Amino acid sequence: MSEPKFKKNPFSLQLDVSKFELATEEEKSQQERMRPSVSFWKDGLRRFRKNKIAMACAIIIVFIALVVIIVPIFYPYSYSQQLGVRPFMPVDDSFNNLAPFTYSTTEQTLRDAGQFVWPHIFGTDDLGRDYFIRILVGTRISLLVGFFASVIVLIIGVIYGSISGYFGGKVDLAMMRVVDIIYALPDMIIIILLSVILRQTLGNLIAGTVLEEIGTGMISIFIVFGLLYWVGMARLIRGEILTIKQQDYVLAARASGAGGKHIIIKHLVPNSVSVIIISACLQIPSAIFTESYLSFLGLGVSIPMPSLGSLASDALGSVFSYPHRLIIPALVICLIVLSFNLFGDGLRDSFDPKLKR
Amino acid sequence: MNSKTVWYIVKRILLAILTTWIVITITFFAMHAIPGGPFLSEKAVTESVLEALNAKYGLDKPLFIQYLNYLKGVITFDFGPSIKMRGQNVTDVILQRFPVSAAIGLISSGLAIFFGVVFGSLAAVYHNKWIDKTIMVFSTAAVAMPSFVIATILLLTFCGVNGILPIGGDTWQGLILPIVALMMYPASYVTRLTRSSTLDVLSQDYIRTARAKGVSFVKVIFKHSLRNALTPVITYSGPMIAYVVTGSLVVERIFGVPGIGALFVNCITNRDYTMIMGTTIFLTVLVIVMILLGDILYKIVNPRVSFD
Amino acid sequence: MSKIVKIHDNGLFPTRDNVLYAKDLQPGHFFRKNGEVYEVFGKVDCEIGPEICKFSVSDTKTKVESFMSFAATEVVDFVHLLEVNNLQTTFVVGKEKVKAIDGVTFNLEKGKTIGIVGESGSGKSVTAYSIMQILASNGNIVGGSVKFQGQEMVGADEKFIRTIRGARISIIFQDPMTSLNPVYTIGNQLLEAVKLHTDLDRAEGLEKCIEMLRLVGVNSPEKRMKQYPFEFSGGMLQRVMIAMALICEPDILIADEPTTALDVTIQAQILELMRELQKRMGMAIIIITHDLGVVADMCDEIAVMYGGKLVEKGTAKEIFYKPKHEYTKGLLNSIPKQGTRERLKTIAGSPVDLLNLPKGCRFSPRCASCMKICLEEYPAEMRMSETHSASCWLNVKAAFEKEKEGDGQ
Repeated sequence: MSEPKFKKNPFSLQLDVSKFELATEEEKSQQERMRPSVSFWKDGLRRFRKNKIAMACAIIIVFIALVVIIVPIFYPYSYSQQLGVRPFMPVDDSFNNLAPFTYSTTEQTLRDAGQFVWPHIFGTDDLGRDYFIRILVGTRISLLVGFFASVIVLIIGVIYGSISGYFGGKVDLAMMRVVDIIYALPDMIIIILLSVILRQTLGNLIAGTVLEEIGTGMISIFIVFGLLYWVGMARLIRGEILTIKQQDYVLAARASGAGGKHIIIKHLVPNSVSVIIISACLQIPSAIFTESYLSFLGLGVSIPMPSLGSLASDALGSVFSYPHRLIIPALVICLIVLSFNLFGDGLRDSFDPKLKR
Repeated sequence: MNSKTVWYIVKRILLAILTTWIVITITFFAMHAIPGGPFLSEKAVTESVLEALNAKYGLDKPLFIQYLNYLKGVITFDFGPSIKMRGQNVTDVILQRFPVSAAIGLISSGLAIFFGVVFGSLAAVYHNKWIDKTIMVFSTAAVAMPSFVIATILLLTFCGVNGILPIGGDTWQGLILPIVALMMYPASYVTRLTRSSTLDVLSQDYIRTARAKGVSFVKVIFKHSLRNALTPVITYSGPMIAYVVTGSLVVERIFGVPGIGALFVNCITNRDYTMIMGTTIFLTVLVIVMILLGDILYKIVNPRVSFD
Repeated sequence: MSKIVKIHDNGLFPTRDNVLYAKDLQPGHFFRKNGEVYEVFGKVDCEIGPEICKFSVSDTKTKVESFMSFAATEVVDFVHLLEVNNLQTTFVVGKEKVKAIDGVTFNLEKGKTIGIVGESGSGKSVTAYSIMQILASNGNIVGGSVKFQGQEMVGADEKFIRTIRGARISIIFQDPMTSLNPVYTIGNQLLEAVKLHTDLDRAEGLEKCIEMLRLVGVNSPEKRMKQYPFEFSGGMLQRVMIAMALICEPDILIADEPTTALDVTIQAQILELMRELQKRMGMAIIIITHDLGVVADMCDEIAVMYGGKLVEKGTAKEIFYKPKHEYTKGLLNSIPKQGTRERLKTIAGSPVDLLNLPKGCRFSPRCASCMKICLEEYPAEMRMSETHSASCWLNVKAAFEKEKEGDGQ
């Protein structure tokens, strides 16, 4: 057994004996700085707030939504008002095809006389309608379509998926087969077909009702979404329900009893709800895409109601003379879709439990 | 190829056939649900002429008989005559206009996968460096742009008064812009997909083992990582074809290319029944077959995957 | 006025690491002469006049064998097979830098086995990956040196490192199921190692693979070569990994928790296999584990790591019978003893958070004998013998008291 040996006076400095006393508990615990534990939601929110891009997108979305809701109420021009056309008077052509921030001859005379005429920020279209307000209303339509389509998908998907997952067995098998088949259908082609048909058949049905305002195109979009696009959500929900059911059995086997159910709700619901919300959120841009695409083909909203897609389509004919009429709606579509995409990505990065490090 | 794989392929083919049949049926009954019939938009016809026309096109027979006749026709690739284009068979028209669309579609898809994989891999390998950030910015932006937006931007930039490239499908230069327009979205999607998949693979243990054996970095990427990272891309190839088909509807219209997409849009507006049905079925079968091929390819490349 | 003690860097013992007399050279030792590193193969004669020693040596670079003579008392520039000196590695995590290992120092000689013991997060795997330079992309060696047969590896050219990886130093990993590429057959992956480091053609390479598989105990190797990893059991796959690591007959085998993912019965088999192969092939082994049982059986030397620092190092006997660090003592105490009905002893507290390191000794928050100085300053390393060293203020205290006693007498 060798004890630690040392030469005489190896210490270059004096030994501080007091330091070699035992440390107390408080001194030790000062070293331990525990990180506070956070709840799932708070943690997610904190992470989301750190994500600058996602926060910026959220702000953009809210801003756009507010603008398109509030501004049209106060705006001096309406989206369907052909400014050159007044009852009992000859059509005033000078209102048509105005470039941004220019005025028609009539308006110019008023201005010369000292009156203030609200400028046409984006000019007018070939029928003399103020383009800016049409863009705003078009954006509003697109946002509404996106939102309601997602809601429809969410509701149908959740109901279908829950039933399938809850009952399981043969019911589940049959329901999932249907899902497989619908999933395998090429959606766009079917949408176009159905849009055409519905436009013809529904047109007669809804004439004279409130729905005519909205137009067969819009209704057909919603119907088509309701028929085809819920399958992804249904599969997702079913998967979550099946997981919950598994947990149920495990807990039933143990003696935990009633306490278990609360634990499930506390742990599993946050997991599935966040997945569902994120999925619904990412559904919105795809709905807007589809709507603008259909409107571009002429199968969406009916005139005179504008949609970003139909505005772009209408502007195609005169694209070389008035390029801004096509560029502006195109850019707005891109902006909205991009914002929603990044927002959804940000949500997923912050809240998706599978990505938690 | 073991028996499990064969059984999987058979099941998938059956599903594809079933789906096709459903689409045919839906299309047929949908067309005939439209009130008014195909001749109503023409200049006013007398009753007797109407009857004669209906008889000629077999529209006076009971619906179910029409259906069966039609199914027979489909299986023999005979879609009947076009109702609006006098004297032309639907099949002929489709075959005449298909090559252009096929050329555009195939080249777009091929380029999309090529560029997507290259850029996605680069972005993953140089993770968080400026190459990665630049690629991500571009692909995120491109993914948000619908095909008609990109198409119109290209149209404005390159055609127009001082146009560099012509439009229309006669010359091969006229095909450049449609191809580029169509390829943007899938290329960006594949880029992002490849990037995340490669990043995932590079963090796997077996990559570490390969490095520990002394395998050079380049070889690690090409031999060990790529094959594993590409499986999601193969899965995406099906939806990508679907996108290319639907995107072509818009792109062909914008650039004036006489392809199947433009044909489809036109015949819908014209209510050319037989043409609509023929084109729909043709496009649908195309998409379904491509998706099927993608699934089979995936299963071969990845021997561990089992059917659902 | 209180000042803090500083111990000489040399410790309390003169470090004789690099000082060796020619007469003490053994086969398996490495030394440097005229800028070249040589390996001793055999002691030819030390009697030609008692002052002259002759050895058969081989140049490590060119493998040329020759004879060399030294005066018996000539000091030879001794070179370790592997010399790790003050190795430091950091990882970039988000915006922060974590120092995963801080000042790891140990040496390894031919044919010996060293065990690196510690909990998860202590830095033992990071040490191995730093030696082989297979750190993840956010990891960087920021200090220290790793010398293999005298050649510096830290900062060396990647091409050079690749000649060492897999050929001179090999590593096997914890989970064999995820450590092999699932889309290639194991034959393909074995051949890859052969093709990289040897000149054998395909047929010879195949033969070598099959022979190696047989050596590690994989039955029907010809058939197995064509199979995919998912068709093997865990124990079999680990054998395959060992075969792949040893196929180029490396000088050092690093085993990173080789048995943790396996059943207890398979564990014993794998360890036995490693021991046999070591005897047969004469390689050195670094075995990384948290299991003291594994270490007791196989290791000549043991290094204990905690919180990224090497806290104690010594021969197996010294560590097990005379531990000089509280953490080591805690580990040994927590081994359940057969025959008694005592309550299992654990080490109190939770593992160290590398983002939140204590100012002084990293084990201090959990140490039952923690002193005030432990919280303020990191303990200086003290040597208890030529092979045994530890970083603990208690040792310094004991030494000081011994000196006072000695002075007083």
